Amino acid sequence: MNIFAATGNLTLDALRETGRVSIFAGQGALAWFSGPFYWRAFFGALVRIGFTSLPVVGLTAIFTGAALALNIYDGSLRFNAETFLPQILSVSIVRELGPVLAALMVAGRCSSAMAAEIGTMRVTEQVDAMSTLAVDPFKYLIAPRILATTLVLPLLVLTADIIGIYGGYLVSVYALDFAGPVYIQNISEFIEARDVVTGLIKAGVFGFLISVMGCYYGYTSSGGAQGVGSATRTAVVASAVVVLASNYLLTSLFVQV
Amino acid sequence: MAKTDMKISVRNLHKKLGPRQVLRGIDLDVAKGQSLVVIGGSGSGKSVMLKCIIGLMKADKGEVVVDGRNIARHTEADRRFMTKQSGMLFQGSALFDSLRIWENVAFRLLHAEKSSRKAAQKKAMECLAQVGLAPEVGDLTPSELSGGMQKRVSLARAIASDPQILFFDEPTTGLDPIMADVINNLIVERVKALGATAISITHDMASARKIADEIAMLYQGCIIWRGKPDEIGNSDNPMVDQFVNGRAEGPITMSVKHV
Repeated sequence: MNIFAATGNLTLDALRETGRVSIFAGQGALAWFSGPFYWRAFFGALVRIGFTSLPVVGLTAIFTGAALALNIYDGSLRFNAETFLPQILSVSIVRELGPVLAALMVAGRCSSAMAAEIGTMRVTEQVDAMSTLAVDPFKYLIAPRILATTLVLPLLVLTADIIGIYGGYLVSVYALDFAGPVYIQNISEFIEARDVVTGLIKAGVFGFLISVMGCYYGYTSSGGAQGVGSATRTAVVASAVVVLASNYLLTSLFVQV
Repeated sequence: MAKTDMKISVRNLHKKLGPRQVLRGIDLDVAKGQSLVVIGGSGSGKSVMLKCIIGLMKADKGEVVVDGRNIARHTEADRRFMTKQSGMLFQGSALFDSLRIWENVAFRLLHAEKSSRKAAQKKAMECLAQVGLAPEVGDLTPSELSGGMQKRVSLARAIASDPQILFFDEPTTGLDPIMADVINNLIVERVKALGATAISITHDMASARKIADEIAMLYQGCIIWRGKPDEIGNSDNPMVDQFVNGRAEGPITMSVKHV
Protein backbone atom coordinates (compact mmCIF):
# COMPACT_ATOMS: atom_id res chain seq x y z
CA MET A 1 0.00 0.00 0.00
CA ASN A 2 1.42 3.38 -0.89
CA ILE A 3 1.81 6.16 1.65
CA PHE A 4 -1.05 8.25 0.19
CA ALA A 5 -3.52 5.38 0.44
CA ALA A 6 -2.41 4.64 4.00
CA THR A 7 -2.79 8.30 4.99
CA GLY A 8 -6.17 8.46 3.32
CA ASN A 9 -7.39 5.33 5.11
CA LEU A 10 -6.17 6.65 8.45
CA THR A 11 -7.94 9.96 7.85
CA LEU A 12 -11.18 8.23 6.87
CA ASP A 13 -10.98 5.99 9.96
CA ALA A 14 -10.41 9.02 12.18
CA LEU A 15 -13.36 10.86 10.60
CA ARG A 16 -15.61 7.82 10.98
CA GLU A 17 -14.64 7.44 14.65
CA THR A 18 -15.20 11.16 15.26
CA GLY A 19 -18.63 10.84 13.68
CA ARG A 20 -19.51 7.84 15.83
CA VAL A 21 -18.34 9.58 19.03
CA SER A 22 -20.32 12.72 18.07
CA ILE A 23 -23.51 10.73 17.50
CA PHE A 24 -22.95 8.91 20.80
CA ALA A 25 -22.44 12.24 22.60
CA GLY A 26 -25.61 13.64 21.02
CA GLN A 27 -27.61 10.57 22.05
CA GLY A 28 -26.18 10.85 25.57
CA ALA A 29 -27.25 14.48 25.85
CA LEU A 30 -30.70 13.82 24.31
CA ALA A 31 -31.31 11.01 26.79
CA TRP A 32 -31.35 13.62 29.62
CA PHE A 33 -34.53 15.10 28.23
CA SER A 34 -36.37 12.08 26.83
CA GLY A 35 -37.09 10.31 30.14
CA PRO A 36 -37.20 8.25 32.19
CA PHE A 37 -34.29 9.75 34.11
CA TYR A 38 -32.68 7.44 36.65
CA TRP A 39 -32.03 9.69 39.63
CA ARG A 40 -30.52 6.96 41.79
CA ALA A 41 -27.93 6.15 39.09
CA PHE A 42 -27.28 9.90 38.68
CA PHE A 43 -26.65 10.55 42.39
CA GLY A 44 -24.47 7.41 42.58
CA ALA A 45 -22.34 8.74 39.70
CA LEU A 46 -22.25 12.19 41.31
CA VAL A 47 -20.74 10.74 44.50
CA ARG A 48 -18.34 8.38 42.70
CA ILE A 49 -17.05 11.00 40.28
CA GLY A 50 -17.24 14.13 42.44
CA PHE A 51 -16.82 13.35 46.10
CA THR A 52 -14.28 10.55 45.74
CA SER A 53 -12.14 12.63 43.33
CA LEU A 54 -11.73 15.43 45.89
CA PRO A 55 -8.54 14.08 47.57
CA VAL A 56 -6.60 13.58 44.32
CA VAL A 57 -7.77 16.90 42.85
CA GLY A 58 -6.94 18.71 46.13
CA LEU A 59 -3.45 17.21 46.35
CA THR A 60 -2.74 18.03 42.71
CA ALA A 61 -3.92 21.61 43.21
CA ILE A 62 -1.98 22.34 46.41
CA PHE A 63 1.35 21.06 45.07
CA THR A 64 0.85 22.80 41.73
CA GLY A 65 0.03 26.10 43.48
CA ALA A 66 3.11 25.76 45.69
CA ALA A 67 5.46 24.94 42.79
CA LEU A 68 3.94 27.68 40.66
CA ALA A 69 4.61 30.28 43.41
CA LEU A 70 8.30 29.33 43.47
CA ASN A 71 8.59 29.46 39.67
CA ILE A 72 6.80 32.79 39.33
CA TYR A 73 8.91 34.30 42.09
CA ASP A 74 12.15 33.06 40.50
CA GLY A 75 11.16 34.27 37.03
CA SER A 76 9.72 37.63 38.03
CA LEU A 77 12.80 38.47 40.14
CA ARG A 78 14.70 38.91 36.85
CA PHE A 79 12.75 42.08 36.10
CA ASN A 80 11.88 43.09 39.67
CA ALA A 81 8.22 42.11 39.30
CA GLU A 82 8.04 39.63 42.22
CA THR A 83 5.32 41.64 43.94
CA PHE A 84 2.93 40.54 41.18
CA LEU A 85 3.30 36.89 42.23
CA PRO A 86 -0.22 36.60 43.77
CA GLN A 87 -1.90 38.09 40.71
CA ILE A 88 -0.01 35.95 38.18
CA LEU A 89 -0.47 32.82 40.26
CA SER A 90 -4.19 33.28 40.79
CA VAL A 91 -5.01 34.03 37.17
CA SER A 92 -2.90 31.06 36.01
CA ILE A 93 -4.72 28.74 38.34
CA VAL A 94 -8.32 29.85 37.83
CA ARG A 95 -8.07 30.22 34.06
CA GLU A 96 -5.77 27.40 33.08
CA LEU A 97 -4.19 25.07 35.60
CA GLY A 98 -7.20 24.45 37.82
CA PRO A 99 -9.53 23.32 35.00
CA VAL A 100 -6.90 21.41 33.02
CA LEU A 101 -5.26 19.58 35.92
CA ALA A 102 -8.56 18.69 37.60
CA ALA A 103 -9.89 17.46 34.26
CA LEU A 104 -6.78 15.34 33.64
CA MET A 105 -7.05 13.83 37.12
CA VAL A 106 -10.74 13.03 36.59
CA ALA A 107 -9.92 11.64 33.13
CA GLY A 108 -7.36 9.28 34.62
CA ARG A 109 -9.55 8.29 37.51
CA CYS A 110 -13.12 8.28 36.22
CA SER A 111 -12.95 7.95 32.43
CA SER A 112 -10.99 4.71 32.86
CA ALA A 113 -13.43 3.49 35.53
CA MET A 114 -16.42 4.21 33.27
CA ALA A 115 -14.82 2.40 30.33
CA ALA A 116 -13.87 -0.61 32.48
CA GLU A 117 -17.25 -0.84 34.22
CA ILE A 118 -19.43 -0.41 31.14
CA GLY A 119 -17.02 -2.50 29.02
CA THR A 120 -17.20 -5.40 31.47
CA MET A 121 -20.98 -5.12 31.48
CA ARG A 122 -20.93 -5.21 27.68
CA VAL A 123 -18.72 -8.30 27.32
CA THR A 124 -20.56 -10.22 30.06
CA GLU A 125 -23.93 -9.51 28.39
CA GLN A 126 -25.17 -7.37 31.30
CA VAL A 127 -25.94 -4.55 28.83
CA ASP A 128 -28.00 -6.97 26.69
CA ALA A 129 -29.71 -8.27 29.84
CA MET A 130 -30.68 -4.70 30.72
CA SER A 131 -32.31 -4.28 27.29
CA THR A 132 -34.31 -7.49 27.74
CA LEU A 133 -35.55 -6.12 31.07
CA ALA A 134 -37.13 -3.16 29.25
CA VAL A 135 -34.54 -0.66 30.54
CA ASP A 136 -32.64 1.37 27.94
CA PRO A 137 -28.91 1.00 28.81
CA PHE A 138 -28.28 4.40 27.27
CA LYS A 139 -30.61 6.05 29.75
CA TYR A 140 -29.55 3.95 32.75
CA LEU A 141 -25.79 3.72 32.22
CA ILE A 142 -24.70 6.54 29.92
CA ALA A 143 -26.92 9.60 30.46
CA PRO A 144 -26.53 9.77 34.28
CA ARG A 145 -22.73 9.47 34.07
CA ILE A 146 -22.38 12.16 31.41
CA LEU A 147 -24.66 14.60 33.25
CA ALA A 148 -23.00 13.92 36.62
CA THR A 149 -19.48 14.52 35.25
CA THR A 150 -20.57 17.66 33.38
CA LEU A 151 -22.09 19.14 36.53
CA VAL A 152 -19.54 17.99 39.08
CA LEU A 153 -16.32 18.97 37.31
CA PRO A 154 -16.93 22.75 37.67
CA LEU A 155 -17.38 22.19 41.43
CA LEU A 156 -14.15 20.20 41.57
CA VAL A 157 -12.38 22.95 39.62
CA LEU A 158 -13.69 25.63 41.98
CA THR A 159 -12.30 23.59 44.87
CA ALA A 160 -9.01 23.10 43.00
CA ASP A 161 -8.79 26.88 42.39
CA ILE A 162 -9.15 27.65 46.09
CA ILE A 163 -6.72 24.93 47.20
CA GLY A 164 -4.20 25.85 44.47
CA ILE A 165 -4.21 29.50 45.50
CA TYR A 166 -3.85 28.37 49.11
CA GLY A 167 -0.80 26.25 48.08
CA GLY A 168 0.72 29.42 46.59
CA TYR A 169 -0.15 31.31 49.77
CA LEU A 170 1.71 28.79 51.96
CA VAL A 171 4.90 29.08 49.89
CA SER A 172 4.62 32.86 49.47
CA VAL A 173 4.08 33.55 53.15
CA TYR A 174 6.27 30.89 54.79
CA ALA A 175 9.11 30.60 52.25
CA LEU A 176 9.15 33.89 50.33
CA ASP A 177 8.24 36.29 53.18
CA PHE A 178 5.08 37.74 51.64
CA ALA A 179 2.60 39.26 54.06
CA GLY A 180 -0.48 37.02 54.23
CA PRO A 181 -3.13 39.81 54.15
CA VAL A 182 -1.36 41.52 51.25
CA TYR A 183 -1.30 38.25 49.25
CA ILE A 184 -5.04 37.83 49.73
CA GLN A 185 -5.82 41.50 49.07
CA ASN A 186 -3.79 41.52 45.84
CA ILE A 187 -5.67 38.50 44.55
CA SER A 188 -9.11 39.75 45.52
CA GLU A 189 -8.47 43.11 43.87
CA PHE A 190 -6.97 41.65 40.71
CA ILE A 191 -9.03 38.59 39.89
CA GLU A 192 -12.23 39.23 37.90
CA ALA A 193 -15.42 37.21 37.78
CA ARG A 194 -14.81 36.36 34.12
CA ASP A 195 -11.47 34.71 35.03
CA VAL A 196 -13.28 32.28 37.31
CA VAL A 197 -16.33 31.83 35.09
CA THR A 198 -14.31 30.98 31.97
CA GLY A 199 -12.48 28.33 34.01
CA LEU A 200 -15.77 26.87 35.17
CA ILE A 201 -17.22 26.84 31.64
CA LYS A 202 -14.11 25.00 30.48
CA ALA A 203 -14.61 22.53 33.32
CA GLY A 204 -18.18 21.78 32.24
CA VAL A 205 -17.05 21.14 28.66
CA PHE A 206 -14.16 18.96 29.87
CA GLY A 207 -16.54 16.98 32.10
CA PHE A 208 -18.85 16.30 29.18
CA LEU A 209 -16.00 15.21 26.90
CA ILE A 210 -14.29 13.01 29.50
CA SER A 211 -17.48 11.13 30.33
CA VAL A 212 -18.41 10.72 26.65
CA MET A 213 -15.00 9.15 25.99
CA GLY A 214 -15.21 6.82 28.99
CA CYS A 215 -18.75 5.73 28.19
CA TYR A 216 -18.22 5.44 24.42
CA TYR A 217 -15.15 3.22 24.59
CA GLY A 218 -16.73 1.08 27.31
CA TYR A 219 -20.06 0.76 25.49
CA THR A 220 -18.43 -0.25 22.22
CA SER A 221 -15.84 -2.62 23.70
CA SER A 222 -15.75 -6.26 22.68
CA GLY A 223 -13.60 -9.36 22.95
CA GLY A 224 -13.35 -10.12 26.66
CA ALA A 225 -10.71 -8.92 29.12
CA GLN A 226 -8.32 -7.77 26.42
CA GLY A 227 -11.05 -5.72 24.76
CA VAL A 228 -12.00 -4.07 28.04
CA GLY A 229 -8.33 -3.31 28.79
CA SER A 230 -7.91 -1.77 25.38
CA ALA A 231 -11.12 0.28 25.79
CA THR A 232 -9.93 1.58 29.15
CA ARG A 233 -6.52 2.62 27.79
CA THR A 234 -8.05 4.30 24.75
CA ALA A 235 -10.61 6.13 26.90
CA VAL A 236 -7.91 7.68 29.11
CA VAL A 237 -5.70 8.71 26.20
CA ALA A 238 -8.62 10.10 24.18
CA SER A 239 -9.95 11.98 27.23
CA ALA A 240 -6.59 13.62 27.89
CA VAL A 241 -6.17 14.59 24.24
CA VAL A 242 -9.66 16.10 23.90
CA VAL A 243 -9.22 18.01 27.18
CA LEU A 244 -5.96 19.59 25.99
CA ALA A 245 -7.21 20.27 22.46
CA SER A 246 -10.53 21.74 23.58
CA ASN A 247 -8.69 23.79 26.20
CA TYR A 248 -6.82 25.60 23.44
CA LEU A 249 -10.00 26.14 21.42
CA LEU A 250 -11.93 27.46 24.41
CA THR A 251 -9.05 29.69 25.50
CA SER A 252 -8.83 31.19 22.02
CA LEU A 253 -12.56 31.90 22.23
CA PHE A 254 -12.35 33.55 25.65
CA VAL A 255 -9.13 35.51 25.16
CA GLN A 256 -9.60 38.33 22.66
CA VAL A 257 -6.14 39.10 21.27
CA MET B 1 -51.37 -26.13 13.03
CA ALA B 2 -52.63 -22.98 11.35
CA LYS B 3 -50.10 -20.19 11.05
CA THR B 4 -52.34 -17.83 13.04
CA ASP B 5 -51.97 -20.07 16.14
CA MET B 6 -48.28 -19.34 16.23
CA LYS B 7 -46.90 -17.14 18.99
CA ILE B 8 -43.61 -16.69 17.15
CA SER B 9 -42.99 -17.15 13.43
CA VAL B 10 -39.56 -16.66 11.91
CA ARG B 11 -39.37 -16.41 8.12
CA ASN B 12 -36.29 -16.46 5.90
CA LEU B 13 -34.03 -14.93 8.57
CA HIS B 14 -30.58 -13.92 7.34
CA LYS B 15 -27.70 -12.41 9.29
CA LYS B 16 -24.11 -11.72 8.32
CA LEU B 17 -21.41 -10.88 10.88
CA GLY B 18 -18.37 -9.41 9.17
CA PRO B 19 -17.55 -11.61 6.17
CA ARG B 20 -19.37 -14.64 7.62
CA GLN B 21 -22.97 -15.48 6.71
CA VAL B 22 -24.23 -16.80 10.07
CA LEU B 23 -27.95 -17.28 9.36
CA ARG B 24 -29.01 -18.45 5.90
CA GLY B 25 -32.79 -18.29 5.79
CA ILE B 26 -34.20 -19.67 9.01
CA ASP B 27 -37.88 -20.63 9.11
CA LEU B 28 -39.31 -21.47 12.51
CA ASP B 29 -42.77 -21.53 14.09
CA VAL B 30 -43.45 -21.81 17.80
CA ALA B 31 -47.02 -22.26 18.97
CA LYS B 32 -48.39 -20.55 22.05
CA GLY B 33 -47.36 -22.44 25.19
CA GLN B 34 -44.87 -24.62 23.29
CA SER B 35 -41.27 -25.16 24.37
CA LEU B 36 -38.90 -25.38 21.42
CA VAL B 37 -35.25 -26.26 21.91
CA VAL B 38 -32.77 -25.44 19.15
CA ILE B 39 -29.65 -27.57 19.23
CA GLY B 40 -26.49 -27.18 17.23
CA GLY B 41 -22.73 -27.14 17.47
CA SER B 42 -20.58 -24.21 18.51
CA GLY B 43 -20.63 -21.51 15.86
CA SER B 44 -23.77 -22.83 14.16
CA GLY B 45 -25.60 -19.53 14.72
CA LYS B 46 -27.84 -20.42 17.68
CA SER B 47 -27.04 -17.34 19.79
CA VAL B 48 -27.27 -14.99 16.80
CA MET B 49 -30.67 -16.45 15.92
CA LEU B 50 -31.91 -15.96 19.47
CA LYS B 51 -30.61 -12.38 19.59
CA CYS B 52 -32.34 -11.59 16.28
CA ILE B 53 -35.62 -13.00 17.60
CA ILE B 54 -35.52 -11.11 20.90
CA GLY B 55 -34.42 -7.90 19.19
CA LEU B 56 -30.87 -7.55 20.52
CA MET B 57 -29.58 -7.82 16.95
CA LYS B 58 -31.08 -6.59 13.69
CA ALA B 59 -31.49 -9.25 11.01
CA ASP B 60 -30.28 -8.40 7.50
CA LYS B 61 -33.32 -9.99 5.88
CA GLY B 62 -36.45 -11.86 6.93
CA GLU B 63 -39.31 -11.56 9.37
CA VAL B 64 -39.79 -12.23 13.06
CA VAL B 65 -43.52 -12.19 13.69
CA VAL B 66 -44.70 -12.18 17.30
CA ASP B 67 -48.45 -12.15 17.91
CA GLY B 68 -48.94 -11.08 14.28
CA ARG B 69 -46.50 -8.15 14.48
CA ASN B 70 -43.25 -8.16 12.49
CA ILE B 71 -40.56 -6.94 14.88
CA ALA B 72 -37.59 -7.52 12.56
CA ARG B 73 -37.62 -3.85 11.51
CA HIS B 74 -35.99 -3.29 14.89
CA THR B 75 -37.64 0.02 15.72
CA GLU B 76 -37.84 1.37 19.27
CA ALA B 77 -41.55 0.43 19.36
CA ASP B 78 -40.75 -3.12 18.17
CA ARG B 79 -38.14 -3.53 20.90
CA ARG B 80 -40.56 -2.24 23.54
CA PHE B 81 -43.26 -4.61 22.26
CA MET B 82 -40.91 -7.58 22.55
CA THR B 83 -39.21 -6.76 25.86
CA LYS B 84 -42.56 -6.03 27.50
CA GLN B 85 -43.69 -9.63 27.12
CA SER B 86 -40.44 -11.59 27.26
CA GLY B 87 -37.74 -12.66 29.68
CA MET B 88 -34.35 -14.19 29.04
CA LEU B 89 -31.87 -16.36 30.90
CA PHE B 90 -28.34 -15.65 29.65
CA GLN B 91 -25.57 -18.19 29.26
CA GLY B 92 -23.30 -16.46 31.79
CA SER B 93 -26.30 -15.40 33.93
CA ALA B 94 -25.46 -11.70 33.22
CA LEU B 95 -26.37 -10.56 36.73
CA PHE B 96 -25.57 -6.94 37.58
CA ASP B 97 -22.48 -7.09 39.83
CA SER B 98 -23.14 -3.80 41.56
CA LEU B 99 -26.64 -4.72 42.73
CA ARG B 100 -27.84 -7.08 45.42
CA ILE B 101 -29.61 -10.27 44.35
CA TRP B 102 -33.13 -9.04 45.10
CA GLU B 103 -32.40 -5.81 43.17
CA ASN B 104 -31.27 -7.94 40.22
CA VAL B 105 -34.48 -9.96 40.30
CA ALA B 106 -36.61 -6.83 40.73
CA PHE B 107 -34.66 -4.75 38.18
CA ARG B 108 -37.48 -4.52 35.66
CA LEU B 109 -40.07 -3.85 38.36
CA LEU B 110 -37.97 -1.06 39.87
CA HIS B 111 -36.74 0.65 36.72
CA ALA B 112 -39.21 -0.12 33.94
CA GLU B 113 -42.48 -0.69 35.76
CA LYS B 114 -41.78 1.85 38.52
CA SER B 115 -42.95 -0.37 41.37
CA SER B 116 -42.20 0.79 44.90
CA ARG B 117 -39.03 -0.71 46.40
CA LYS B 118 -41.11 -2.51 49.02
CA ALA B 119 -43.43 -4.14 46.48
CA ALA B 120 -40.54 -4.98 44.16
CA GLN B 121 -38.58 -6.59 47.00
CA LYS B 122 -41.62 -8.68 47.99
CA LYS B 123 -42.06 -9.91 44.41
CA ALA B 124 -38.31 -10.62 44.11
CA MET B 125 -38.41 -12.75 47.27
CA GLU B 126 -41.38 -14.70 45.87
CA CYS B 127 -39.48 -15.36 42.64
CA LEU B 128 -36.38 -16.44 44.54
CA ALA B 129 -38.52 -18.88 46.54
CA GLN B 130 -39.97 -20.25 43.27
CA VAL B 131 -36.47 -21.17 42.11
CA GLY B 132 -35.61 -22.71 45.46
CA LEU B 133 -33.47 -19.97 46.96
CA ALA B 134 -33.72 -18.86 50.59
CA PRO B 135 -34.70 -15.26 51.45
CA GLU B 136 -31.19 -14.57 52.88
CA VAL B 137 -29.79 -14.89 49.36
CA GLY B 138 -31.64 -11.71 48.42
CA ASP B 139 -29.19 -9.53 50.33
CA LEU B 140 -26.04 -11.09 48.83
CA THR B 141 -24.24 -9.90 45.70
CA PRO B 142 -23.78 -12.06 42.54
CA SER B 143 -20.08 -12.67 43.28
CA GLU B 144 -21.05 -14.42 46.53
CA LEU B 145 -23.08 -17.10 44.70
CA SER B 146 -22.06 -20.32 42.93
CA GLY B 147 -22.65 -20.75 39.18
CA GLY B 148 -25.78 -22.84 39.78
CA MET B 149 -27.24 -20.30 42.18
CA GLN B 150 -26.50 -17.51 39.70
CA LYS B 151 -28.45 -19.41 37.02
CA ARG B 152 -31.38 -19.74 39.42
CA VAL B 153 -31.27 -16.02 40.16
CA SER B 154 -31.14 -15.33 36.43
CA LEU B 155 -34.21 -17.54 35.98
CA ALA B 156 -35.97 -15.73 38.83
CA ARG B 157 -35.16 -12.40 37.13
CA ALA B 158 -36.50 -13.67 33.80
CA ILE B 159 -39.84 -14.75 35.29
CA ALA B 160 -40.29 -11.79 37.68
CA SER B 161 -42.65 -9.91 35.41
CA ASP B 162 -44.68 -13.02 34.42
CA PRO B 163 -43.59 -12.94 30.74
CA GLN B 164 -45.50 -14.67 27.94
CA ILE B 165 -42.28 -15.63 26.16
CA LEU B 166 -39.10 -17.00 27.71
CA PHE B 167 -35.71 -17.39 26.07
CA PHE B 168 -32.99 -19.62 27.48
CA ASP B 169 -29.45 -19.28 26.17
CA GLU B 170 -27.45 -22.40 27.11
CA PRO B 171 -29.15 -22.69 30.51
CA THR B 172 -27.03 -25.59 31.78
CA THR B 173 -23.60 -24.71 30.37
CA GLY B 174 -20.88 -24.93 33.00
CA LEU B 175 -23.00 -26.74 35.58
CA ASP B 176 -22.48 -30.20 37.05
CA PRO B 177 -25.04 -32.82 35.88
CA ILE B 178 -27.09 -32.68 39.09
CA MET B 179 -27.32 -28.89 39.13
CA ALA B 180 -28.04 -28.96 35.38
CA ASP B 181 -30.99 -31.26 36.06
CA VAL B 182 -32.22 -28.99 38.86
CA ILE B 183 -32.17 -26.04 36.43
CA ASN B 184 -33.93 -28.13 33.76
CA ASN B 185 -36.68 -29.08 36.22
CA LEU B 186 -37.09 -25.45 37.28
CA ILE B 187 -37.35 -24.34 33.66
CA VAL B 188 -40.03 -26.95 32.88
CA GLU B 189 -41.94 -26.11 36.06
CA ARG B 190 -41.81 -22.31 35.63
CA VAL B 191 -42.63 -22.36 31.89
CA LYS B 192 -45.67 -24.55 32.59
CA ALA B 193 -46.75 -22.44 35.57
CA LEU B 194 -46.62 -19.26 33.48
CA GLY B 195 -48.16 -20.90 30.41
CA ALA B 196 -45.31 -19.26 28.51
CA THR B 197 -43.92 -19.95 25.07
CA ALA B 198 -40.23 -20.85 25.31
CA ILE B 199 -37.28 -20.97 22.95
CA SER B 200 -34.07 -22.46 24.30
CA ILE B 201 -30.73 -23.00 22.65
CA THR B 202 -28.32 -25.59 23.92
CA HIS B 203 -25.89 -28.29 22.91
CA ASP B 204 -26.66 -30.31 26.05
CA MET B 205 -28.80 -33.20 24.79
CA ALA B 206 -30.01 -34.20 28.27
CA SER B 207 -31.26 -30.66 28.80
CA ALA B 208 -32.87 -30.57 25.34
CA ARG B 209 -34.74 -33.84 25.90
CA LYS B 210 -35.97 -32.68 29.29
CA ILE B 211 -37.27 -29.20 28.51
CA ALA B 212 -38.41 -29.54 24.88
CA ASP B 213 -41.84 -30.17 23.43
CA GLU B 214 -40.01 -30.09 20.11
CA ILE B 215 -36.36 -30.02 19.11
CA ALA B 216 -34.92 -28.33 16.02
CA MET B 217 -31.35 -28.64 14.84
CA LEU B 218 -29.42 -25.73 13.39
CA TYR B 219 -26.46 -26.37 11.12
CA GLN B 220 -24.56 -23.77 9.13
CA GLY B 221 -27.27 -21.18 9.65
CA CYS B 222 -30.21 -23.39 8.55
CA ILE B 223 -32.73 -25.56 10.39
CA ILE B 224 -31.98 -29.06 9.09
CA TRP B 225 -34.33 -31.15 11.25
CA ARG B 226 -37.29 -30.70 13.60
CA GLY B 227 -39.24 -33.23 15.62
CA LYS B 228 -40.33 -34.55 19.01
CA PRO B 229 -37.65 -35.35 21.62
CA ASP B 230 -38.40 -39.09 21.37
CA GLU B 231 -37.94 -39.00 17.59
CA ILE B 232 -34.46 -37.50 17.62
CA GLY B 233 -32.78 -40.90 18.12
CA ASN B 234 -34.35 -42.12 14.84
CA SER B 235 -34.14 -38.98 12.78
CA ASP B 236 -32.66 -40.63 9.66
CA ASN B 237 -30.56 -37.53 9.36
CA PRO B 238 -26.81 -38.33 9.51
CA MET B 239 -25.94 -34.87 10.86
CA VAL B 240 -28.51 -35.11 13.66
CA ASP B 241 -27.33 -38.65 14.47
CA GLN B 242 -23.72 -37.52 14.64
CA PHE B 243 -24.58 -34.57 16.92
CA VAL B 244 -26.88 -36.54 19.23
CA ASN B 245 -24.34 -39.34 19.63
CA GLY B 246 -21.42 -36.93 19.94
CA ARG B 247 -19.24 -38.56 17.27
CA ALA B 248 -16.20 -36.85 15.77
CA GLU B 249 -16.65 -38.83 12.54
CA GLY B 250 -19.50 -37.94 10.24
CA PRO B 251 -20.78 -35.31 7.84
CA ILE B 252 -20.26 -32.48 10.37
CA THR B 253 -16.57 -31.64 10.32
CA MET B 254 -14.73 -29.43 12.77
CA SER B 255 -11.54 -27.87 11.49
CA VAL B 256 -8.70 -28.95 13.78
CA LYS B 257 -5.17 -27.91 12.94
CA HIS B 258 -2.66 -30.71 13.56
CA VAL B 259 0.86 -29.67 14.52
